[in-house]
Amino acid sequence: MNASAVVSIENLWFGYDPARPVLRDVSVEIPRGKVVGIMGQSGCGKTTLLRMIGAAMTPARGLLRVLGADTRALGRDGLYAMRRKLGMLFQFGALFTDMTVYDNVAFPLREHTALPEGMVRDLVLLKLEAVGLRGASQRMPSELSGGMARRVALARAIALDPQLMLYDEPFTGLDPISFGVISRLVRSLNDALGATSIIVTHDVQETLGVVDYVYFMADGQVVWQGTPQAVDGSLEPFVDQFVHGKPDGPVPFHYPGSSFAAELALAAD
Amino acid sequence: MASATLRGLVERLGATVTARVWRLGFAARFLFYLVLHSGTALRRFSLTIREIYFAGVLSLVIILVSGLFVGMVLGLQGYHTLQRYGSSEALGVLVALSLVRELGPVVAGLLFASRAGSAITAEIGLMKATEQIAAMEMMAVDPIARVVAPRFWGGVISMPLLAALFSAMGIYGGYLVGVKLIGVDEGAFWSQMQAAVDVREDVLNGVIKSFVFGFAVSWIAVFEGYDAPPTAEGVSGATTRTVVTSSLAILALDFILTALMFTGGNGL
Repeated sequence: MNASAVVSIENLWFGYDPARPVLRDVSVEIPRGKVVGIMGQSGCGKTTLLRMIGAAMTPARGLLRVLGADTRALGRDGLYAMRRKLGMLFQFGALFTDMTVYDNVAFPLREHTALPEGMVRDLVLLKLEAVGLRGASQRMPSELSGGMARRVALARAIALDPQLMLYDEPFTGLDPISFGVISRLVRSLNDALGATSIIVTHDVQETLGVVDYVYFMADGQVVWQGTPQAVDGSLEPFVDQFVHGKPDGPVPFHYPGSSFAAELALAAD
Repeated sequence: MASATLRGLVERLGATVTARVWRLGFAARFLFYLVLHSGTALRRFSLTIREIYFAGVLSLVIILVSGLFVGMVLGLQGYHTLQRYGSSEALGVLVALSLVRELGPVVAGLLFASRAGSAITAEIGLMKATEQIAAMEMMAVDPIARVVAPRFWGGVISMPLLAALFSAMGIYGGYLVGVKLIGVDEGAFWSQMQAAVDVREDVLNGVIKSFVFGFAVSWIAVFEGYDAPPTAEGVSGATTRTVVTSSLAILALDFILTALMFTGGNGL
């Protein structure tokens, strides 16, 4: 295990139903300061892995250390102390709909610090300026577009200057301009904060332009890992199918079932 | 064949009963955790006051209007019955005792469950479905302490106040119909009421009832919201369950409390 790794996962197993594991013998290492992508098709277990890193779930077996702590050994207070160093961007932002943009970004500051309101205001405006939405501070979340909501959520996630940023499908459903804005922010915020970022996504080309290292997952396992530059040279059939969007390959086009001929009663008796 | 069907039936019954009992246990643990982590709701009381506004102040219109009409109907019905026995002056007593002991807490509780309880469940359920609860947890903020506890205590505090206002409005409705419309003697209406209604026996017991109902409805509402499956159907099902379960709980608790309070404890 690399001591400088922000997240170390070794031989991790997890399943909602023990008979059908979602994660099977997963080993992942996230070095400090890097932006790492975890890619795979829907249902491959990548979001489960992200939630496990955020300690929202507990592994059945294996080792999981986040920011130097074994999440399974942490009590409620220890867990919350660890999460204060995390920032997470949810797929659709998960903004508090009863608060303005300003109050959303101020929320973690007000909950976790005793800063005077003037200083909270400066910090909130600083974070909103970083995502380009200082002018929208008094808007309600319902008045924002999808891309803007995600930028506000990003500002909220970095409010306490996290050491580790977790992104759950940050690019899904964004128009090209919003995508460009978010992807640049992911990179620049990571470098400016000196943080480490994990992006879980199935948007291949968009992500490969942002990350330093990438893991490909299929059926609950890591099937390939390497730099974005090495992806094109990969001989792994799943990576080839996934990156080039081929309809058939290791992931079959047809859902497993009985023979089509038999189903149509055309098979010879 | 018949024994297999019977066995399946018994198994399903057993599974249903076990699931219900398990859920009741889960709800009890949830309540225990909620009460244990109510520090934030009480320390930062502005959070609870905000919920008192949403659950209590915004329920005022329905409570006051319903109270007025229930009181007016009581006035009409009571007068017609009492008149047969030549004791229409006792109308004030009948209206006041009916409202303070029973109708105030029970009807206000039922209205509170439909107006505020359902809103609390839907709000928490939707917060869960839109990952706001999960986001809060990831920000190291306990959603039970920050979201659930203020709503729970807001409901518990609002309910006795609403029931009191319901009763007051009902008595006024009875007065309007009995005294102003029908012409019952005003002095007899108020003085008999004053003489017959006991602060401890009647008013205090009514307040206790409304507090118990508020506690039950708020508990059911926050639990159903927090336990709702994070889908549209899940939230709608939870909202319906809040209203149905709360209404049944109010009626059942009312019977138990009435048996304990107004029968001298001997069950008669």
